[in-house]
Amino acid sequence: MALKSEERRTQRFTFVFLVIAAVVWLAPMVWVLSTSLKPESQAISWPLRWIPETLTFENYFIILGSASTPVIRWFGNSLLIASLHTFFILIVDSMAAYAYARMRFKGRDVLFWILMTTMMIPPVITYIPLYSIVDKLGWVDTPWAMIIPGLGGVFGIFLLRQFFLGIPYELEEAARIDGAGAFQIFFRIILPLAKPALVTVALFTFMSNWNDFFWPLIVTNSVEMRTLPVGLSILQGSFNIQYAKLMAATVLSALPVLVLFLFAQRFFVKGATMTGIKG
Amino acid sequence: MDPRIEKHSTSFTGTNVPIGDGKTKGSAIQNATPYLFIAPHLVFFIIFLIVPIGYGIYISLHEWDYLTPPEFVGLQHYRNIFLNPTSIDYVEFWNAFWNTVQFVVFAVPVLIVVPLVLAVAVDTKTWGTHFFRAVFYAPSLLSVATVSLIWLWILDTNAGIVNFYLNKFGGETVPWLSKMPWAWIALVVMTVWWTIGRNMIIFLAGLQDIPEELHEAAKIDGAGRLSRFFHIILPGIRGPMLFCVVMTTIESFNLFGQPYMTTQGGPGEETEVLMMLIRQVGFADFRMGSAAAMALIMGFSLLLISMVQFAVMNRGQIRGPR
Repeated sequence: MALKSEERRTQRFTFVFLVIAAVVWLAPMVWVLSTSLKPESQAISWPLRWIPETLTFENYFIILGSASTPVIRWFGNSLLIASLHTFFILIVDSMAAYAYARMRFKGRDVLFWILMTTMMIPPVITYIPLYSIVDKLGWVDTPWAMIIPGLGGVFGIFLLRQFFLGIPYELEEAARIDGAGAFQIFFRIILPLAKPALVTVALFTFMSNWNDFFWPLIVTNSVEMRTLPVGLSILQGSFNIQYAKLMAATVLSALPVLVLFLFAQRFFVKGATMTGIKG
Repeated sequence: MDPRIEKHSTSFTGTNVPIGDGKTKGSAIQNATPYLFIAPHLVFFIIFLIVPIGYGIYISLHEWDYLTPPEFVGLQHYRNIFLNPTSIDYVEFWNAFWNTVQFVVFAVPVLIVVPLVLAVAVDTKTWGTHFFRAVFYAPSLLSVATVSLIWLWILDTNAGIVNFYLNKFGGETVPWLSKMPWAWIALVVMTVWWTIGRNMIIFLAGLQDIPEELHEAAKIDGAGRLSRFFHIILPGIRGPMLFCVVMTTIESFNLFGQPYMTTQGGPGEETEVLMMLIRQVGFADFRMGSAAAMALIMGFSLLLISMVQFAVMNRGQIRGPR
C-alpha cells in the first residue's frame, strides 16, 4: 500500500511538472503564430495580447509576394537540394554499405577502418579547402555545391552496414543458387529488406541537409540560389523589426517540418534512438 | 571518441558471404564486383573528404587572398596565432576561442541536465507522455534560422514578451541580446529550447533499457528517489551519457547560427565564436591561409577534447558500474 501511494504521488507531481515544461516549450511557438496573424501596427502592443484583436493573413501574403525575398523559390531550392542529396546518398551509401557488410575483398577492413576514422574528423577543417574545390568545379552558387560534396560522408554507410550485417545469409544463398548476380541480389532482395534502415537514413539525411546553414551561406551568393534557412537570414535584414512579417516567414519555414513530424513522428523518434545508441 | 565506433570494431572480421571472393567462378568480373559497389562512394569520399584535409593543411602554410597564387609562408600563420600577441590573428583567434569555450562551459551542462530531467519525467508512468515527448522534440527539427528569428522576437528588449512579463512582475528590462552576461544567457536559452530533443530521446532509450527489477529491488530496500537516481539511473545510462556529452560538446563548439543571427557577435566581439571568425577571415577578409590554420587548430582542439572526454568517462565503464 505504501508503494502504491508513493507511485500515485510521483505520477501527479511528474504530470504537473511536464505540463509546466510543455507550456514553456510551446509558448514561443504560440506567440510567434499569434504575432504573425496580427496587423503590423498591432504586433507591438502593451499590454500584450495572445489572441489577435484583428485577425489577418496580410503578413503571409506580403512575405510570399515579396520579389526581393523570394520565399517560395528558396523553399523550392531547399526541397530540390535536400531531395536530390538524399536520393544520391541512399544509392551510394547502401551500395558501399552492402559491400563492406557482406562481400570479401582485398583491402576491405583497411578501407572501412579509414572511413570510420574520418567520422571523428571535425568538418570545420574542410570548409576552406572544400570551397576552393567546389569553386574549381564551377559549382559555387549552384545547387550542386550543396548536393554533391556531402556524398563523401560515411555516417549513412555506418548505419546501413550495421543493418545489413543482421540480414540472414540464407536469403542471399537461395537467390544465388537461383542464378542471381550480385547486383540483382542487392536490388531485389537486400534493398527491399532494408526499408526501415533506409527510411531512417533518408529522414536524417534530408533533415540535416534541409536545415544546414553554414555551408549554404558560404557557397551561395545570389538571392535566387539561397536555401530557405539562409534566405530567412536575408529576410531578417529586409524586414528588420517588422516582427509580424518576420514571424509570418518563421511560421512558413517551420510549418512543413512540423507537419511532417506530426505524420512521421514514430520514424523520427526511432531514428534518433538508432543514430544515437545502436547506430 | 565515438562509442559507436568502439562497438562495431569487433565485428570487422565477422561472418561473410563469399560474394566476389573469386571462389565461386573466379572470373575477373566477379572479383571486380565489390569494388564496383564501393567505387561511387569512394570517389566522393576522396574528392570531398580526404583531399580537403590535405589541401587544408597546404592552404594553412600559404598566404592566399584567393585571387593571386598562394605564396608559401611555412608555419607563419601558426606562429602568429600561438606566439605573436601583437598579430591580428592572435587577437582575433583567442578572443573567439575563449568565447567559444565559455559557451561550451555554460551550455553543455544545461544541455545534459535538462534533457535528462525531462527524460526521467516522460519515462514515468503518467498521463500524456507521448504528447510531451513530441513537444520537447519538435523544436530540434527547425533550422537554426527559424529558431533565431523566434527568439529575436521573444527576447526583443523593447517589445519582447519576456521583458513584458519581467516588467509586469516588477523586474527590470533586460537587454537580452546586447549586454553581457545576458547575451550568453540568451544564446544558451535558445540553444536549450532548440536542441534538447535529441539528448532526451537518447536518455529515454537508455532509461528504458534499465531492468524494471532493479528499480523494484531498490524500492523494496527502501532507497529514496535521489538515491535511486544516483545508484541505478546514472550508472545505467553511462553509454548514452558518454554519447550525449561528447556530441553536445562538439555541437556547442561549432556554434554559429544563433550568434550570427541574433547577437551578430556583440556586444563588441564578446559573442563572436570560432565559426563566425573563420567565416569572416576566410570568406569576407579572404585571408585563406589564416582561416585554414584557425580551422585546423579548432578541429584539432575539438578532437583532443573528445578524446579526453572519452578516456575519462570510459575509464569507469571498464571497471563496471558496481
